[in-house]
Amino acid sequence: MPPIDPAAGSPGGVGGRPPSENTDPAAEDAPKAPADAAGVSTEKGGAPEAALPRGEAPGIRFEKVVKRFGHNVVLRELDFSVAPGERVTLIGPSGSGKTTILRLLMTLEKLDDGLIWIGDETLWHMERGGKRVPAGQKHLHEMRKQVGMVFQQFNLFPNMNVLRNLTEGPVRVLGLSRDEAVERARGLLDMVGLADKENAHPTQLSGGQQQRVAIARALAMQPRVLLLDEVTSALDPELVVGVQDLLRDIARQSDITLLCVTHEMTFAKDISDRVLMFDQGQIVEEGPPEQIFGEPSEQRTRDFLQAVLAT
Amino acid sequence: MGDVLDGYNQWLDGAWLTFRLTLLGGALALVLALVFGLAGTSRRAWVRGLNRVYVEFFRGNATLVLLFWFFYALPLIGLRFSTMFAAVLALGLNIGAYGAEVVRGSIKAVPRAQYEATVALNFTPYQRMRRVLLPQGFALMLPPFGNLIIELMKGTAIVSLVGLVDLTRVSKNIQGSTGQTVAAFTVVLVLYFVIAQVLQLAVRYAERRVDRMLGRRLPSEPSLGTIAAGAPGTGVSG
Repeated sequence: MPPIDPAAGSPGGVGGRPPSENTDPAAEDAPKAPADAAGVSTEKGGAPEAALPRGEAPGIRFEKVVKRFGHNVVLRELDFSVAPGERVTLIGPSGSGKTTILRLLMTLEKLDDGLIWIGDETLWHMERGGKRVPAGQKHLHEMRKQVGMVFQQFNLFPNMNVLRNLTEGPVRVLGLSRDEAVERARGLLDMVGLADKENAHPTQLSGGQQQRVAIARALAMQPRVLLLDEVTSALDPELVVGVQDLLRDIARQSDITLLCVTHEMTFAKDISDRVLMFDQGQIVEEGPPEQIFGEPSEQRTRDFLQAVLAT
Repeated sequence: MGDVLDGYNQWLDGAWLTFRLTLLGGALALVLALVFGLAGTSRRAWVRGLNRVYVEFFRGNATLVLLFWFFYALPLIGLRFSTMFAAVLALGLNIGAYGAEVVRGSIKAVPRAQYEATVALNFTPYQRMRRVLLPQGFALMLPPFGNLIIELMKGTAIVSLVGLVDLTRVSKNIQGSTGQTVAAFTVVLVLYFVIAQVLQLAVRYAERRVDRMLGRRLPSEPSLGTIAAGAPGTGVSG
């Protein structure tokens, strides 16, 4: 039997919608005007920000973190911390280890040495018999519940329509009922301005739309820490602004802890409480965005900013 | 030619047996391919070892030798199968080994970014496979699976050597009884070709469905007509 979920991609996009759903069928067929879509959302009592994750956001602390790829040491005994709810942007030349930091937090790379704390628990280690041992799958699964990530290339699942991309995790991983998950997904799609695209296939969307779906998908898991890995780098210039505006809104309306790797300095300035400048796996300089972008004290930072702004 | 076609009952029976062997062998091969192919993607070395042993042993043996082994050798050490069962086993185990490599390769070929997205959404290893990697890998498996099922169908001809009356056997029988060598073997040639085209049609239909699921094709219902039009050589069979 082919292991294909029949509901995942059935023709005409009817698949993602449960039959129990109690909506007006006429309203579904007609393409909605934007004003209409807004009207629907208020009817549901869902102001956009209601879709955002709520709850205590944990802080993050790196303690002498080492990460190597073969002989190449990417992070050398890195120490830094992020306060609960703080928005931190990581800048620096490529290969400086910024993305590796996010990937370690998302458990996409293994830690070589040191400790990473999320809240008051270590991500890569757990306690057993009073000793700290490498984390097992179960511990990682528990810890990952707090963390969400948005990727440079969106990474939407092409074997699911938009709605399914947003509900699959909440249903399978968080154990929400299909109806709850659909409701949450619709709230988020509304927030990212794609309420009329729930039955679309990811390949039918523009890059900017795909990235907004990917942001909604990450938020649907109600993470307390959100990792943004160069989320506008793969977008056409005219689509960048829409995604950035959305992220600004999310940052303003939620209390989520945010770690952001970006080459868009204006965006970094807008969104972050603090900017960390990286080079060769170490922090060269850190401070509020006005200081780092306005009057950086390190030559390395000045060189980097000059190079970035020149492009 | 007339004498040869008079035996149409025999031809039909033979074709039916060939077709059944293909379906049953294919079903067994598919199950084995999925089980051992997925084993080949495991993080545990011993599970991957199972995949290697199965693939190397059954891919590295002639189907005919496997069949002789199940049919002649195993009964001598006390394991007796029906001829049909022995044939399905030999065909399924052999083609399943090729299929396992197809499954393993296809899963590995799903972009790593997809795997990373499943980790970021906190899917369990089973959910990663079941919900994302396998459905996407399946699209890559289909074309090589199409080759294998036709390979298997043609391979069923060996069962005529252990006494089953399949298409090949029927052609020999009719050639013997009528003496019309050219006609008898031409008919069997065409019949194998027709069966292959039917299988090819089914695989193409599945490919279109999966392509549409992955958004590689506009969502229009594929009709059997349009598929047949695109299949090479189908005009001859009509």
